[in-house]
Amino acid sequence: MFDILSRINRVGRLSEPLPAPDVALSEPSAIQRELLSVFGRALCIRHVDAGSCNGCELEIHALSNPYYNLEGAGIRFVASPRHADLMLVTGPVSVNMEEALKMTYEAMPEPKWVLALGDCGACGGIFGASYATRGRISDVIPVHAVITGCPPSPLAILRGLLELIRRLDPV
Amino acid sequence: MWPDFLDCERVSLPSNVAVYRVVVDAHHWSWAADALHEAGADLLALWGSDDCDRDQCFRIRATYLLPDRVVLIEHAMPVESPIYPSLASRFPVADRLQRAVYDLLGIQAEGGDSRPWLRHGGWPEQVFPLRRDIGSAQTYPTRGTPYPFVQVTGDGVHEVAVGPVHAGVIEPGRFHISVVGEKVLRLEERLGYTHKGIAKRFETLAQLDGHRLAARVSGDSTVAFGWAYCAALESIASVMLPPRAAALRALALERERIANHLGDLGALGNDAGFAFGLTQFSSLKEQLLRHNAEIFDQRYLFDFVVPGGVASDLPVRAMPTLLRENAALEGAVRELRAIYAHHEGLQDRFLGAGQLTPDQAKKKGAIGLAARASGIGRDIRIDQPWAPYDRLGPVLAMRSEGDVAARVQVRFEEVLESLRLCGQLLETLPDGSIRSELSNGPAGQLGLGLIEGWRGPVMVALETGPDGGIRRCHTHDPSWQNWPLIEVAILGNIVPDFPLINKSFNLSYSGHDG
Repeated sequence: MFDILSRINRVGRLSEPLPAPDVALSEPSAIQRELLSVFGRALCIRHVDAGSCNGCELEIHALSNPYYNLEGAGIRFVASPRHADLMLVTGPVSVNMEEALKMTYEAMPEPKWVLALGDCGACGGIFGASYATRGRISDVIPVHAVITGCPPSPLAILRGLLELIRRLDPV
Repeated sequence: MWPDFLDCERVSLPSNVAVYRVVVDAHHWSWAADALHEAGADLLALWGSDDCDRDQCFRIRATYLLPDRVVLIEHAMPVESPIYPSLASRFPVADRLQRAVYDLLGIQAEGGDSRPWLRHGGWPEQVFPLRRDIGSAQTYPTRGTPYPFVQVTGDGVHEVAVGPVHAGVIEPGRFHISVVGEKVLRLEERLGYTHKGIAKRFETLAQLDGHRLAARVSGDSTVAFGWAYCAALESIASVMLPPRAAALRALALERERIANHLGDLGALGNDAGFAFGLTQFSSLKEQLLRHNAEIFDQRYLFDFVVPGGVASDLPVRAMPTLLRENAALEGAVRELRAIYAHHEGLQDRFLGAGQLTPDQAKKKGAIGLAARASGIGRDIRIDQPWAPYDRLGPVLAMRSEGDVAARVQVRFEEVLESLRLCGQLLETLPDGSIRSELSNGPAGQLGLGLIEGWRGPVMVALETGPDGGIRRCHTHDPSWQNWPLIEVAILGNIVPDFPLINKSFNLSYSGHDG
């Protein structure tokens, strides 16, 4: 036990302040206030891989490491679409995932938003549309915002999430 | 008995390792498989191609991995009867590979499981999208078709079905787990959900652009696939890689191995209820990725490997950063390894969970990291070292217990060995150019790239077309071999240990699905 506590003590706190182009929003508490005003609670995200190469998933995972302190901003990933406000979708929708993606979207309660992540989600990326893929996500389900990049960095994802939250009207 | 024709009729193929091609008829296709099986070879990959435009034939090709070479067996079938003898009785992995070949090309193995594997209803049954008469932009409406999973019946047997959308941030796949109480009687996997038609897409790309698609077969192995593609292309074009470029590629490959192992070691701790492990290892991984971004301008090194060399040089100012990082990481990993080893609660979950015995691993044809945790000491960096591994002398990491604990141990050892290799690469980094001039390869050539990625060997088989085009490109991820292992390793374990056991293999869905 001592070795664990000793390491925790030596490593210290790694979390960084949240990124925000707007100075007024650079304080985590301001972001939390904004989240509360929009959702009345935390933002719950359901991730769906609709055919990604798993590069975007690596960066979504990275968002949960101590540096980005995602949950500190009131944003968390949930296990069911029924608990989610927002769906974060990756990949150039493979035809084999088309039905599952639509069903997951339908399972989300209203109001709901969809964020397409990565170049593939935005436009089909290098895979394009073919017998096996439908290309961009907005051709299959409604999309409210897009974050490009191959893959987008955790910071880019965080910025995209915060900007989307700001654009939404209070529920 | 090793048949003479495997030696007499062999032709050397362009590759970064020793590859021999032997062209056979149907009878010798089976005979070769028998002989190679007896010689201890593993079936590495199986793929077909439509050559009806050229000589009214379909071709099926199999690559077998021997400790000192790769043997490629090729068999041509007339257009009116594209049928070949199945390999599944000797090499169980062939079952899914043969079903995938049929779904894409309509080339059929005699006997065995006839259920579709990659085709889930996204294209009609009688359409074979990889055939040349199907346009690359052709699309079809989705018609969902039920998949006949094997039913397990009996007193108290019930089924837990999960996927394709899982509860966490994971790639999609379907698992049917038949259980009695909490014990697993049977697991059946269904994959193919992320099939993106990569092989067809390659045929629309130029040879000098194909590395970008190869780098996105499985994002977590982007360096390995990028290198395998470029190795195939450079071998066909007879281009020598500058020593500095080879060293920088190896540096990138080892950093990819370290990053993935760090991520997995943290996730494995977390899946066993030890959140401290996830916090610590994910921080170490993030630090490494930030150094990648600072030095190579890419956190995961996408598109760092380019035809003829690498995209950017290592700046002089980066050297002290990397050497400091190396020492700090080694210290941290050794400290965390001791903490993991002495944590009884963690070891209680790791030891004996998801065991794959050496005998089962051999019979199933396990390769890569999973095989090395079950007593199979194969690593292409060591068995058939290509430049610069021939001068680095990597040391094998191996365990024979085959449980989650063994796969954790192999990861710890491989991280430390990769750190040693990175140190050696930095200290002996050759001067000179980072990229050779590369023009289009001659048409009609077949070349192979084989690279030991962090999960195991990845293979790219590239066939050049005219005017710098790609006639056919097949990519193979070791997850094909290792997915069926989980169906064995899970037996007799409890359902709540499935995530832990699955994570201990951490296989790629995208790499498998293509």
